[in-house]
Amino acid sequence: MSDPRDVTILGEPAASDRVADPGHEGKGEIHLVHMYPREMSIYGDLGNTRCLAARIRRHGYVPVVHQHHPGQPLPETIHLMVGGGGQDSGQVTVEADLERRADRLRALAVAGVPMLMICGMYQLFGQSFVTVEGTRVPGLGILDVTTQGNATRMIGPVVLSTDFGDVVGYENHSGATVLGQGQDPFGRVRHGQGNNDADGTEGAVTGHVIGSYLHGPILPANPRLADALIGWAAELATGRAFAPEELDDEVARQAHARQVARLLR
Amino acid sequence: MLRTTIATLAGKTARHAARLKGGGAGGSALPGLVAERVDPAFLAHTLADVPGGIVVVSGTNGKTTTTKMLVAILRAHGKRVFTNPTGSNFTRGVISAMLAEMPLRGGLEADIAVLELDEAHALHFGRAVAPTHALLLNVARDQLDRFAEIDHTAGLLTQLAAMTTDGVVLNRDDPFVNRIAATLAPGVDTSWFGLDASVADRIGELSEHDSREQEDFAPPAAGERDGLLTPIDEESLRITFGAAGEGGVLGPVTLRQRGLAAMINATAAATTARHLLGAGFRDDATERALRTVAPPFGRGEVIDVDGRPLELVLVKNPAGFTVALGTYASTPAATMIAINDDYADGRDVSWLYDVSFESLRTKGVALTSGVRGWDMALRLQYDDVPVAAVETDLAKALRSFLADHAGQPKRIFTSYTAMLALRRMLGERYDLPEMGVDAPDPSGDPA
Repeated sequence: MSDPRDVTILGEPAASDRVADPGHEGKGEIHLVHMYPREMSIYGDLGNTRCLAARIRRHGYVPVVHQHHPGQPLPETIHLMVGGGGQDSGQVTVEADLERRADRLRALAVAGVPMLMICGMYQLFGQSFVTVEGTRVPGLGILDVTTQGNATRMIGPVVLSTDFGDVVGYENHSGATVLGQGQDPFGRVRHGQGNNDADGTEGAVTGHVIGSYLHGPILPANPRLADALIGWAAELATGRAFAPEELDDEVARQAHARQVARLLR
Repeated sequence: MLRTTIATLAGKTARHAARLKGGGAGGSALPGLVAERVDPAFLAHTLADVPGGIVVVSGTNGKTTTTKMLVAILRAHGKRVFTNPTGSNFTRGVISAMLAEMPLRGGLEADIAVLELDEAHALHFGRAVAPTHALLLNVARDQLDRFAEIDHTAGLLTQLAAMTTDGVVLNRDDPFVNRIAATLAPGVDTSWFGLDASVADRIGELSEHDSREQEDFAPPAAGERDGLLTPIDEESLRITFGAAGEGGVLGPVTLRQRGLAAMINATAAATTARHLLGAGFRDDATERALRTVAPPFGRGEVIDVDGRPLELVLVKNPAGFTVALGTYASTPAATMIAINDDYADGRDVSWLYDVSFESLRTKGVALTSGVRGWDMALRLQYDDVPVAAVETDLAKALRSFLADHAGQPKRIFTSYTAMLALRRMLGERYDLPEMGVDAPDPSGDPA
């Protein structure tokens, strides 16, 4: 199964077929796909995959982690998908592959497969990216957003208000993104710059597809968001309601609360 | 030149005033600023008189250690070397360092200048004064919030190389650095340093993944001036010049700093010294210098804490933290990790998720600290590393760490500003040497 291009995600995907914790073996497998881990995972975005796999296991399900590389077919079974940010050189290498998978990805989005796309992948999931020079690069159009390349970068820590409570992270992007009519943002900026440093929005959400500029990586310190994604994936995977375990998130709660308090002071 | 003399005088006066005010800190950049205001070409004028050239050391990891080693080697060859002390690697910091050494009438009494400059500031420096030589170490994910992209950092080093007039020493094993060779003007003399073929499998620990594999650049076969590292054990190494030692073999040498990173720095320094000195390069002087040079503060520095060693290990990026964990994993010690997110640390702590902490799992971590102490604990939780306590206040954390682990060897992995704070506290308690003539610029430049 593994490809020589696979990136080490601690314990994943080598141990992905490890059984769930004793007593919770029967809840089912959740297939998680990390898109382009080599080309598009620059600011610790692999941490999101690591966090999801670990929490899926802690909730008593069996995570099966797939890494998708350019030129490879997508796995047949997909319940959850993540993608990260890359450098310009990395983004160029994935564009052609993404276009070939476009129909399948759009179909998965419509079918309710939860997806978390960060930074560069968020931009590629939008309608288009217009470079500083004015060239229009088309995106998948899963999210109704348009991104304009900018000379100045938006960099710094962020706090958002979202449907999943306050979300903390770190943004670092030069593209300014504008939401289409009727496109919901992922969150409202309480600290930081967000999509474009003008309209107070951050990211975009359509169904179970979330696009955001937040690295951090975003999931470990925002476990409520992580569990929302896992919950949707579990329902798809098993056809039953999500049956979470009671997890001890005290360390994440502290990391989260301190960052919120510090930035909103 | 009168303007430069006046600038020297003004700068020295500012330096004196800053010293009288006491503390040292904050006095680092001001004298340089004053001198630069009076004579904008101060740096160019002063360095123009240094006959042996201006050598710039840049790259993400190992600048301070490598610069210190190179200076020691050149001095062991009888050269008078001007260098910038640790932490003052802004242009103004360099000028401040000069002012400390210059006689009132100006003029640096040095045969050669060896300057550590960070990637971004190296360009400002290069525009003011063209370096004669450059040693380019590596490009890693460091301070991405400042430099934005690895490609951008690589571009800065490429531009620096283009400004360099005589010779360049490049890292064979770093794809971002070795690719620079193809961009050099004809006539720029190139030497290489890197790992010997017998340890080539360790390259992955050190170099940043490069997604443009299709453009891979292969460095030429090692010539007799090119230094290749063969580690013997954790502290000893041999440097072979030329693939089969046709240029000689240096060592074995035992360094005062452990690990692969320090050995690569030693190889880079020795190769650069040979590049600069040509036929005047001597093995015995080089070996003596490498054997005696102490690690710069906070970079594997060992502090005697009531008869037990405490190692202070600066960590700034995934490559550096991974190498540090690999280096120290074989000798377990009570471990503390301190992470701040000030400008000089890098404000984004995402990079912690690109480091594997598995090697700490057996013994666990006694304490995480710093402003992002809880984020560090959370990261360790995802690698199943037990964390006994979190205390974000550095002074309280250090106090309880020392008290709870008295009688044991101790180790602190720490980000830059946390390292400065911890080193200062340890200095007060254990009477350590000063951190450097000039304290680092508080506006935040990691050395």
